[in-house]
Order: sequence, then C-alpha cells, then structure tokens
Amino acid sequence: MAVEIRLPTVLRQHAGGQASIKANGATLGEALQDLTRQFPLLKDQVITEDGTLHKFVNVYKNDEDVRYLDKLDTKVDDGDTISILPAVAGG
Amino acid sequence: MARSDSVLGLIGNTPMVDVSALSPNPSARILLKLEGQNPGGSVKDRIALSMIETAEKDGTLSPGQTVLEPSSGNTGIGLAMVCRVKGYPLKIVLPENVSVERRQLLEIFGAEIIQSPGSEGSNGAVRMAQRLAEEHADWAFLYQYGNPANPRAHYEGTGPEIWRDCPDITHFVAGLGTSGTLMGVGRFLKEKRDSIQLWAVEPPAGEIVDGLRSLDDGYIPPIFIDSGGAELLDRKVIIRPLESIEWVRKLIDVGIFAGISTGACMAGAARCAEQVDDAVIVALSPDGGWKYLSTGAWTDPIDEVVERAKRIIYF
Repeated sequence: MAVEIRLPTVLRQHAGGQASIKANGATLGEALQDLTRQFPLLKDQVITEDGTLHKFVNVYKNDEDVRYLDKLDTKVDDGDTISILPAVAGG
Repeated sequence: MARSDSVLGLIGNTPMVDVSALSPNPSARILLKLEGQNPGGSVKDRIALSMIETAEKDGTLSPGQTVLEPSSGNTGIGLAMVCRVKGYPLKIVLPENVSVERRQLLEIFGAEIIQSPGSEGSNGAVRMAQRLAEEHADWAFLYQYGNPANPRAHYEGTGPEIWRDCPDITHFVAGLGTSGTLMGVGRFLKEKRDSIQLWAVEPPAGEIVDGLRSLDDGYIPPIFIDSGGAELLDRKVIIRPLESIEWVRKLIDVGIFAGISTGACMAGAARCAEQVDDAVIVALSPDGGWKYLSTGAWTDPIDEVVERAKRIIYF
C-alpha cells in the first residue's frame, strides 16, 4: 500500500527539506518504518526506542488521530494521507 | 436564572438547541449547546469564575492581587470580566495572531495585554507566562492548562446541564484546547453512562505553528494527562479551516450565528452522524460569531476567508 506522509516544518530538515514523502506498508507502523528507512534521521523523532509514538507527536490517518484508532497497528490503504504533527496547546 | 445580583451569577445554565435539520443522517440527531450565551460571550466564563473563586478560597489570591494568564482569547476575556467585577488587575499573555475583536474585548474590560510571538502559537504564550510567573512570585498564576478548577467547572456545571437537558445523549463532541471541557464533561457523562462516546475536534494547529525548534517544544496540557485523557476520549479528529467556515455558514440556515470553532465542532458532529445510526449527538458551541466579524467568515469569498483563518488562532 502506498501512502503519502506529510511532515511538519520542524521535521523537514531531516528529510531533505521535503514536506511530503511516499511510503509503503499495510499498517501505519510499516509505513513509518519505510519512512525512516528512507530518512534515518527521522527515526528517533517519531518513534521512541521502545517502539511507541513520541509523546509530543500526533499522527493522523486522513485527519483521524491514530492513538484512538489502532495506534501503530492502524491499517492503511492506497491513497491514505498520514499527517505527523507536533502536539500544541489551544485555549 | 433570569435575575441575578451580579453578572457572575449569569454564568452557566446555557441553552441547547436541536440542529438536526443540518444532520447528514436522518437517524442521527444533533443538538448544539450554546456557550456563547454566557455573559462574557464564551464557554470560558465558566473556568474563569471557577479558577478565580478556587484561588480565593485556597488563599493563593488575595484582594487586589495581580492575576496572570496565557490565553488565545476567550479565557482572557472571561477572566477580564470576572477580575473587573472582583477588582483584580489582570495581565493576559496573548499570541499576536488572534482576531482583533479578542484584543478589543480584553482592552474594554481593562486587562493588560502582553504580546507573545504568533509563530509560536499558544505554546509560546504558555512559555512566556510561565517565565513571567517565575519572575513575579507576587502575581497569581492561574494556569488553565494545569488547573483542576478548569475541568471541575465542566464536571460540576456543563456536564450536569447536558445530562439534565439531553438524558438520551449517545455522543459528545467538543473542541480540544486546554482539554478542560472534554475532560470535565466527559468524565461526568461516562460516570452516568459509560457507553457515551467522546469525540474531540481540533484545528490543524500543529501546521499553523511553525516556530517550533524541535518536537520537544511540543505541549500536552497537564489536565489532559492528569485526567487520563488518552483513555477517556474515544475519537479525535482534525477539522480544517475550510470545513469550519463551511459549517458556520450552514448554521446561519438554522438561525445560529456562531464562532469558527463551533463550525469545527459541527463538522465533527456531522462526521460522527455519518458513521452512527440512532445517535443523539450533543456538540458544544464555545462562542458566538461576534468576535469573528473581522475575519469576513460569512461574507467574503470562502478561499480568502480560509487563508485568513489559517493565520489566526480561533480555538
């Protein structure tokens, strides 16, 4: 499955300045692994050493936060858009 | 309550209105709770009063003491009203990219505005206020993001009102800013009936805030963590400015003039309605449209409005 992964400004420096990367995988975890295979500098930025999502990162599949879906096991389909965004305050 | 000795007695007890005419699913009703009916014009009147009165009771706030708070607008305006009535000088750390009306209302109620960089969004305002609080130990720093009086105002007020007015509720949809509304209302409703689903709606704030140096500048409100927010919520969706503006315009068809975050909330409620049958969805409208007239949200070409909305903080 080919998905588009959109990177926030703060991470683009680790991906040759690109805002959007194509990656493959049947689940979100696999797609993120493919992303970090292409851009190793992104590795510790998105996924922690113990294999979970970085605390201050929110990852969305088609604008739905994956923490409330199946986290890294969330299934992805061709054409899905994955957005990685920093956690910020409102209020 | 129709008559009160003080404007502060008019906070809360807001009305709820059926807007199912706008639901994309005939078997999913949508009701909107109009927090813009509070005297200071937003849901934040509730937490402003709750945080001030809690600080008065526990002794962290004494007569005449200066109050400090970071706010993108509505909390600041609510506090400005409450502090004016109670005689506390108020300093609000406000990101520079908020609508002009928010700034004007703060000035009208006599708050002093301390500007924080727009590129850092609310995170920057929080950091600046934390620094100021350290430098000025004599100021009372309320800190809505970490103050239990924030979710408590909703646990004791907003939640019971929703349960009273809509006991057949199946879903509650609200914006996620400090998380106070969702944590307080959510916990109350789940205690009443744990099958009630909580949907959080947020703007793509992480795209707008481009002043972060690293992800470690990210921010999760302590009240979200302390309330077990990640376990409490059932879904969390991003609603983009285009959809928010489209929905504030649709709301006009049922006679409701609401703020841009209400548009986001209605978009979230509609998305929920598309996925569930026999649902009774209560969505929360944080404020009315008055503070957003300058954005042209109802009158200008929608693509121009969306570009403008991307540059301001409206949650």
